[in-house]
Amino acid sequence: MSDDKLSNVPEEEAQKAPKPEKQDAGKIFLEEVTAGPPKHLPRWRRTLQSILVPLLAIFLGLVCGGIIIILTSASVWAAFQVSIMAGLKESWNVVATAYSALFVGAFGRPGDLIKAISSGNPKLINLAIYPFTDGLVAATPYIFAGLSVALGFRAGVFNIGAEGQLFLGAIFAAFVGYSLKGLPWFIHMPIAFLAGAVGGGLWGFIPGWLKAKTGAHEVINTIMMNYIAFRLSDWLLTGPMKRPDSFNPVSPTIEPSAALPKFFGDPVRLHLGFIIALLVAWLVSWYLFKTKWGFDLRTAGTNPRAARYAGMSVAMQIMLGMTLAGALAGMAGGNEVLGVNHNLAMAFSSGYGFDAIAIALLGNSSPFGVVLASLLFGFLRSGATNMMLKTGIPNDIVSVVQAFILVFIAAPAITRTIFRLKQPAKGEEVVLVTSWGGK
Amino acid sequence: MAATTSTFHKEVEMVKPTRQRVMGILFILAGVAIWFLFIRGVAPGTLTKFGMTPGGMQATIPDMILPSLPTLYFLSAMCIALGAAQLIRKGGFRKSTNIVLGAVAGMFIFGFLTYGAAGKSLNLAGLLNVSLSKAVPLTLGALSGILSERAGVVNIAIEGMMLSAAMTSCMAASITDNLWIGVLVGVLTGALYGVVHGVLSIKYKVNQIISGTAINIFSTGITSYISAKFLQHFESLNQSGTFPAYPVPVLSKIPFIGPIFFNHNMYVYAMYIFLVVLTVALFKTKWGLRLRSVGEHPKAADTLGINVFKTRYMAVILGAMMAGFAGSYFTLGSVGRFDEVMTAGRGFIALAAMIFGNWMPFGAFGAGILFGFTDAVASKLAILQLHIPSQFLLMAPYIVTMIVLAGVVGRSQMPAADGTPYEKEGD
Repeated sequence: MSDDKLSNVPEEEAQKAPKPEKQDAGKIFLEEVTAGPPKHLPRWRRTLQSILVPLLAIFLGLVCGGIIIILTSASVWAAFQVSIMAGLKESWNVVATAYSALFVGAFGRPGDLIKAISSGNPKLINLAIYPFTDGLVAATPYIFAGLSVALGFRAGVFNIGAEGQLFLGAIFAAFVGYSLKGLPWFIHMPIAFLAGAVGGGLWGFIPGWLKAKTGAHEVINTIMMNYIAFRLSDWLLTGPMKRPDSFNPVSPTIEPSAALPKFFGDPVRLHLGFIIALLVAWLVSWYLFKTKWGFDLRTAGTNPRAARYAGMSVAMQIMLGMTLAGALAGMAGGNEVLGVNHNLAMAFSSGYGFDAIAIALLGNSSPFGVVLASLLFGFLRSGATNMMLKTGIPNDIVSVVQAFILVFIAAPAITRTIFRLKQPAKGEEVVLVTSWGGK
Repeated sequence: MAATTSTFHKEVEMVKPTRQRVMGILFILAGVAIWFLFIRGVAPGTLTKFGMTPGGMQATIPDMILPSLPTLYFLSAMCIALGAAQLIRKGGFRKSTNIVLGAVAGMFIFGFLTYGAAGKSLNLAGLLNVSLSKAVPLTLGALSGILSERAGVVNIAIEGMMLSAAMTSCMAASITDNLWIGVLVGVLTGALYGVVHGVLSIKYKVNQIISGTAINIFSTGITSYISAKFLQHFESLNQSGTFPAYPVPVLSKIPFIGPIFFNHNMYVYAMYIFLVVLTVALFKTKWGLRLRSVGEHPKAADTLGINVFKTRYMAVILGAMMAGFAGSYFTLGSVGRFDEVMTAGRGFIALAAMIFGNWMPFGAFGAGILFGFTDAVASKLAILQLHIPSQFLLMAPYIVTMIVLAGVVGRSQMPAADGTPYEKEGD
């Protein structure tokens, strides 16, 4: 690495002579990294800068996904054998069809909606709003799980175990959902939902407690707890919690009184969980930024030494942070069981807990950002199903796009290099986590 | 967090006498557990028959037939005696405490098998043979982790690297009809991911766990994508075949041990070689000393003129190549075709094996065998008609890793600078 030589380039000189086409990428990158904090920018410009990186990361992620779609398309390869122009045209066609199918799958057609509303037929309206609302349904568990990881980041712990906590939440919620009978809905439903939070919280508490008491790193422990949770639910679903009349590993269906109510008729699946998710996001935001507890949590997370000096118990905050993070992830599991599936099956989660890491980073660990990022991922997921039906492109491409977004967001310097943006002022970027060795 | 962690370390290390007592009590508990769990479930006069040659081979030694109850009494008494000795003797077994712990664990497992197979027969040699096969990807994955973590770069992307390498090696072997080319492509796939992980975490200083997570998500996505788009439609892309078992000429004739350790395919022998080579290279050569110094104290290493960045790149890429090799085992060494998410979390068990083995190659091998053994026993539970859910046995690797990490029965020592990106100080 030739950092040493290049970092000696005076900053002013680099800024005064912007000839991007003559500089090589490595040089630009170093400039981006070493450039000092910008002068006192107005607030809106700083805000713009802080959302620009996520937006560009999303854009780049979609571009990379498009490249993979092109590279794996037989018709493109065939067209390139005819002529380069035909190949380029076909590439554009393939990507455009794929992404427009994705878009239609995510949001529906505006024309259909207008037609449906003017006809006044509730069935048609439901059909027309179905794609959009299903995106919201898909975003709901992402919000809970994303909040879980984000809260962990704020508390200085890396909760990579949201997936396992989600399973525990689902187990608890499903158990309360089907085993308690004869309760009125306004008691049963909250209890079942909170049971999910308790299950997840318990699963988050263990690694938090281990970290506080023994210093064992939470990343390893939460990974281990994930797999323990998978085995546990596997056992429960083939044993004690198995539906008596079924050959498949599925729990009994929950009582109707425990289900989260739906807002529209079939096929629209939008349920109360989405509203709860928004409320919880607001609650987390209030807790983190408006209360003394939140202040303690954030201080312990960003600067444990200062927190200890101020008389806070860092160990306590670590335990609290992991427990709350677990509870939030548990709500995601409870939400899926009570709102969407109405039973617990082994494959109910499509890796929400892992995608949540990307969401928390994309949302800059702020609850509002998490909600936005979750909506994006939710619409990507729900739209991909339509894309698969229409164009035959497997919906796994969404995971690839998500991975790219995660890379670009985690390495803002790369993104900034590509677009030659200026680095935001120091302190705007959240200190994500302390590293493996705890340093 | 630095201060907390180190004080906790100190606390745990200071309370040595407590640890001795905990160990002693643990040994006695193992003995009592054998008594209560196993002895009371066995009728007097039953015999346990252990097969001493794996299935499908010419028997060289007769089966071992043990009277179930006396064996269990003996094991229980031995455990309690060892525990008592540990408690009474000043300082217990001192440095050999861990060896005694291993012996007690072994006796407990043997007791469990004796109880499980009471009145029936169990092919012990076959079980161990299968355990070793199952230990291969875990051990190789752990070696991959050791290489990169000894140089201070955490790699939780072993899972993703193995998964992608499993697919590419299978496809390459199917297309070229040559298994060795498959292995090569698998290793290169690993190397490619290693470059990505290295560039992200060393050059761009992206948090190493995030970089690893991104690779895992990407790998799951891209392999499922390619599998759904191509492999399921063109079967000819997904028929690699497997490496045949090759009994080592003289060694495989050793009674009992020979068939277990020396009648496998190429991967097992490669694993032995890698274990020895890596142990020597890491702990006996200048190269290894440099690599470890970069993982323990990069600044000191830098002062002495070692290129920290270069060393870390090399370690990460070599480790990723190892993960690629481990990944090719899933297709070329085991089933001969690729299925979506076929690694099924083995990359994370490999991570656990690495921690359990204290970042040492042979330690990881031991852990790999133990985890492979639990896996093998879990699939035998139904045959033995034991009413223990196999899932609990499959949980065991994760739980013991957490216990080891917590320092209850012995603390594992991770490289000091593991996971910390190195910042060259500006001059």
